[in-house]
Amino acid sequence: MASVLYFASLRERLGVSRETVALPVADATVATLVSALQERGGAWEDAFRPGAVWRVAVNQQMASTDTPVGPEDEVAFFPPVTGG
Amino acid sequence: MNHVRVQEAAFDAGAEIAALTAGRRDVGAVATFLGVVRDRNDGDAVGRMTLEHYPGMTERHLEAICAEASARWSLLDTLVIHRVGLVLPGDPIVLVAAWSAHRAEAFTACRQIMEDLKSRAPFWKKETTTDGERWVARNTSGAVREAGQDE
Repeated sequence: MASVLYFASLRERLGVSRETVALPVADATVATLVSALQERGGAWEDAFRPGAVWRVAVNQQMASTDTPVGPEDEVAFFPPVTGG
Repeated sequence: MNHVRVQEAAFDAGAEIAALTAGRRDVGAVATFLGVVRDRNDGDAVGRMTLEHYPGMTERHLEAICAEASARWSLLDTLVIHRVGLVLPGDPIVLVAAWSAHRAEAFTACRQIMEDLKSRAPFWKKETTTDGERWVARNTSGAVREAGQDE
């Protein structure tokens, strides 16, 4: 079960800040996790639809859709950053 | 050394700079940047702002940004203090400072750290305007505008 965090406007749209997710396959990546989230439908399908703008980190390092995700990992999804 | 803090409490920029400068014989230049909350954004009046961050990742990324600057230029110290939580117009949000023997490195590092922070550090701003709350969608440009050019 991977830990999945959601921040800022994405968290508000989805209504979840943190959850554990069972990975769909043994060699999962961010892309396979996102597919699994989209299957929930509704706001999930909309937030991760093709063309949607979001960023992802795995174990607190910026990642991409190809990045592998394992059951001990922490994955975070968030909008583009706006600090400073 | 690189000094990074993310905190809800307000900070005293003068005291922070003085603490790392006082009594030093090696420092020839300290370049500083202070980011302050304005009361307008995108044409609307902003009453308050809330900053969210990713505890752990935010600090690590700020430390990495400072480490990159220290590796690239000859610096004696760097400092980043960034507030999170509620801030009001007029409040300082972020302090970036670089200490060096000479001004060129200090100026350049201070600017680069701030630009890297804007583009890479995990913070998200939410503004409250008269129409309600909204998340800031994108950063302002870091490009210099000559006097008289539109904002």
